[in-house]
Amino acid sequence: MNDTSKPIDAIRKMSMSAGNTAMIERYRNHFLKEVTDNVEEGEWVNMCMQCGVCAGSCPLGNAWAHPPQEIFMMIRAGKREEVLTSDSMWMCTSCYNCIVRCPRKLPITHIMHGLARYAERLGLAPKNQPTRKFAMMFWDNITKTGRANEVTLGIRLYFMHGFVNGIKTALKMLPVGLSMIKTKRMSPLGLVAHSGCKGKNDITKLLKKAREIEEARMKKY
Amino acid sequence: MAKKQYSFYPGCSSEKNASASNYMTSVHAMCDVLDVQLNEIPDWNCCGASVGYAGGGELERLILSARNLAISEQEHKGQDVVATCAACWLATRETKERLESDNQLMRDANQALAEIGLKYEAKQNVRHMVEVLIEDFGYDKLGEKVKKPLEGLKVAGYVGCQTNRPFGIDGESYENPKYLDKLVETMGAEPLGNYDKKVQCCGGALAFSEPEKSQAMIKDIIESAYDHGADIIATPCPVCQMNVEIYQDQINKTYSKNFKMPVVYYSTLMSVAYGKGHRESGLDGQIIPATKLEKFAAK
Ligand code: SF4
Ligand code: SF4
Ligand code: SF4
Repeated sequence: MNDTSKPIDAIRKMSMSAGNTAMIERYRNHFLKEVTDNVEEGEWVNMCMQCGVCAGSCPLGNAWAHPPQEIFMMIRAGKREEVLTSDSMWMCTSCYNCIVRCPRKLPITHIMHGLARYAERLGLAPKNQPTRKFAMMFWDNITKTGRANEVTLGIRLYFMHGFVNGIKTALKMLPVGLSMIKTKRMSPLGLVAHSGCKGKNDITKLLKKAREIEEARMKKY
Repeated sequence: MAKKQYSFYPGCSSEKNASASNYMTSVHAMCDVLDVQLNEIPDWNCCGASVGYAGGGELERLILSARNLAISEQEHKGQDVVATCAACWLATRETKERLESDNQLMRDANQALAEIGLKYEAKQNVRHMVEVLIEDFGYDKLGEKVKKPLEGLKVAGYVGCQTNRPFGIDGESYENPKYLDKLVETMGAEPLGNYDKKVQCCGGALAFSEPEKSQAMIKDIIESAYDHGADIIATPCPVCQMNVEIYQDQINKTYSKNFKMPVVYYSTLMSVAYGKGHRESGLDGQIIPATKLEKFAAK
């Protein structure tokens, strides 16, 4: 190993989670196996015949550094870090174009979501990716109250790029917000009082149990 | 005809003071005419929608809809579950199908549900409101209730993604589904047969996080409606409705356009054609007023 690569390796190691290190050790160079075992619907990746139909199906296609077809190829080629740190999966709009067109019936949408989730779990997802941030806030929002509160969700979203930018975006969105309030399709009171659903303790219990079961299942591999 | 009853999953966007509260208003008006009773699932929770995946794993997401479905089975025996939001329908139906076809997942889900005293057996069908209209009534029956045919109103039927894929409605094609056009025609209005952005994605939840990219697609959806001579856009999905209606000012600025295209729900058209008034049809919830449709409501 040459000297110049050492500090980079050290920094890289520090930024990776313990879970990630464990997975690297466990699977060594078998990234396809790692995906098969741990990613939602990951066992399908092996079935892709590289026809390219899905690559032309994503509405935000030109924003994908690696379209689904390429991601599947990279998984098989063992390009672990490139795949998991990519922001491509986060460009998926859940339009389901790919699913209805794929000749091999791969559940591509779910695999994209699954890869994004897996990267997130291992701490490899790009931190400032806007959809990642929004999606994490959304989850936080619904799991706390049991229902989505569009107002707090919207406001946190427009402030997520930092305070100054937040004000700029919030001002840009202000007319939209005001027209929503005027037509009674948004309530400024949502900020302080949102009832959520009554069983929110149940929801917390339920999700805790579900996570336990999932983690136990992952350890099995 | 006897009253039809369904176990109803309204979803967060339909709540009072939320973005699709006007959708709910028109759905209730429409159901009143059709003698449909919607029994709300008690204390339902959010389905996790399409962006739940980042924070929640597979079981965590599925369990959210499984709770709603389990309560529904218990409280509304023998009824089909019906959702009005496309994303809700998709997430809920997906949950039913995934659990039904995977014994391990079903066992895991029930193990978690047992914590809160619930059990799920996948006994009820999960359907979109549009399926109820088409399959349980049919176009002819729906047409019989029309009091004010929407004559001369040119409607771009914007189907979007999630009522159309992956499940589809009434076995229609994914690339050119006709059900919305047929509903429009049944109400006496004029569907645009060649509206080419019918199934174009509007960006969905990414309209929040990737506004520029999404608005570029929304621009095309509206522009094509104008090009084909539409007076109005109608849609079956609250996410589509919101995305296509509320950003028009911003799109006008970015692309130097003069868009002012009203976007309503199929249920808005139906309420008005069924003789309901301005407010009952949810027309007061339009950010861009549906002027031509309002005229029918005022007649
Ligand atoms: S459409 Fe299906 S088979 Fe073709 S490249 Fe995409 S995933 Fe592979
Ligand atoms: S669902 Fe996602 S992966 Fe599939 S075509 Fe749409 S954007 Fe692409
Ligand atoms: S999809 Fe939207 S409306 Fe439906 S439950 Fe989830 S957040 Fe609520």
